[in-house]
Amino acid sequence: MDRIIHTPITKEIADSLHVGDMVYLTGQIYTARDAAHKRMFEAVQKGEALPIDLKDATIYYMGPSPAREGRPIGSAGPTTASRMDKYAPTFMDMGQTCMIGKGKRSDAVHEAVVRNHAVYLAAIGGAGALLSKCITASEVVAYDDLGTEAIRLLTVENFPAIVVLDSTGRDAYLEAEEEAKKQNQA
Amino acid sequence: MRTVEASVITEEISKMCIEANYHLSKDMMQVFGQAKDNETSPLGKKIFDQLCENLKIADTDTIPICQDTGMAVIFVKLGQDVHVTGANLTDAINEGVRKGYTEGFLRKSVVRDPIDRVNTKDNTPAIIHYDIVPGEQIEITMAPKGFGSENMSRVFMLKPADGIEGVKNAVLTAVRDAGPNACPPMVVGVGIGGTFEKCAFLAKKALTREIGSHSPIPYVSELEQELLTKINALGIGPAGLGGSTTAFAVFVETFPTHIAGLPVAVNICCHVNRHVTRVI
Ligand code: SF4
Repeated sequence: MDRIIHTPITKEIADSLHVGDMVYLTGQIYTARDAAHKRMFEAVQKGEALPIDLKDATIYYMGPSPAREGRPIGSAGPTTASRMDKYAPTFMDMGQTCMIGKGKRSDAVHEAVVRNHAVYLAAIGGAGALLSKCITASEVVAYDDLGTEAIRLLTVENFPAIVVLDSTGRDAYLEAEEEAKKQNQA
Repeated sequence: MRTVEASVITEEISKMCIEANYHLSKDMMQVFGQAKDNETSPLGKKIFDQLCENLKIADTDTIPICQDTGMAVIFVKLGQDVHVTGANLTDAINEGVRKGYTEGFLRKSVVRDPIDRVNTKDNTPAIIHYDIVPGEQIEITMAPKGFGSENMSRVFMLKPADGIEGVKNAVLTAVRDAGPNACPPMVVGVGIGGTFEKCAFLAKKALTREIGSHSPIPYVSELEQELLTKINALGIGPAGLGGSTTAFAVFVETFPTHIAGLPVAVNICCHVNRHVTRVI
């Protein structure tokens, strides 16, 4: 099903999204990848304040290529989400409701998605030019020194993504694998 | 003896870095269209539409095809009768990468040390493979390698008794484990034989082959075909969301090896399989 969704993604909205839904996202989302996750996680462990509010936040695992003059951003596709698995459950427990990336997640992430009424969306890996067109503004809001890995606040319009993990515990990748197994046996 | 100015090499490398990241080679462009027509999953077809649109936007709007513009892998076939002047060849190549990645608005994805992880901010150093060959020319292939797929690549030190079935299992295991992480549809490079590092090199080199090319060795060519069929039967599909296109091609390279070993390397590349070759 095609779903037009506006941020912030509340737990209710996340609960309404199901595996296989095609989501078109409009509103504001953060970017953070390996280095920013590590730094935020260490801040949480030390009891320090985070530079962004995680409540109902969407974090896009992405490090863009540099923007040309007059453009908000360069190529902007998803990075492999499993590298964030170590940190994501903690952030969901703190209020984050949506992750956008690509690829499989750990059991701990699956459980955190269900427990927190969150959702994991996949953007199409390697479609950075196309996805760049759905980003109308980009501003570095924290960890500027990390370059492409800094935390950005993006304004997106009809940003396409597919629901991969939903709060009922379904997993689109697993279902695709099982479907193929069935077909191969038939 | 022919003399080549190092600055000429720097200039070429810089252009190649930019070209590779904005335009796929013709054979890669064609395979997208064919695969889309053959894809059985409706969602898979939709994803192909997005990927084709992505290539078009990259080309016309000068946005890199993928934000991971890779670590610069460079294969140099250096004619032994060429004399490079003005700078050392390795410096000239790295200077070209620096220039291309800066002027081409490409992402700088290289850190100076694997543990302290401070970005070098110019995407150097490149990974350079030199091959000294007869003649007076320099042939350079520039292949930016993204790490979503690089991270899913593997080396298997099999036993001779594992034979060709062991090789097939190794390749299928690597591809199955890679799944959606490697941005399928993939191109799969396989190196069989040599030593630990030689098979990895062969697998990497295999990724620069032209789509539609086959190994000249009959059993290897058959193996490429069989592996492609088996990989596509895994059902991973475009973006890993199911479908009949998991790989565009499997390229296998072989090399003599030791009586005690059967090394196999599987280097996985995503659908953004980038490479440009020039002769100077
Ligand atoms: S694996 Fe390839 S397509 Fe995917 S993000 Fe990396 S470079 Fe881009």
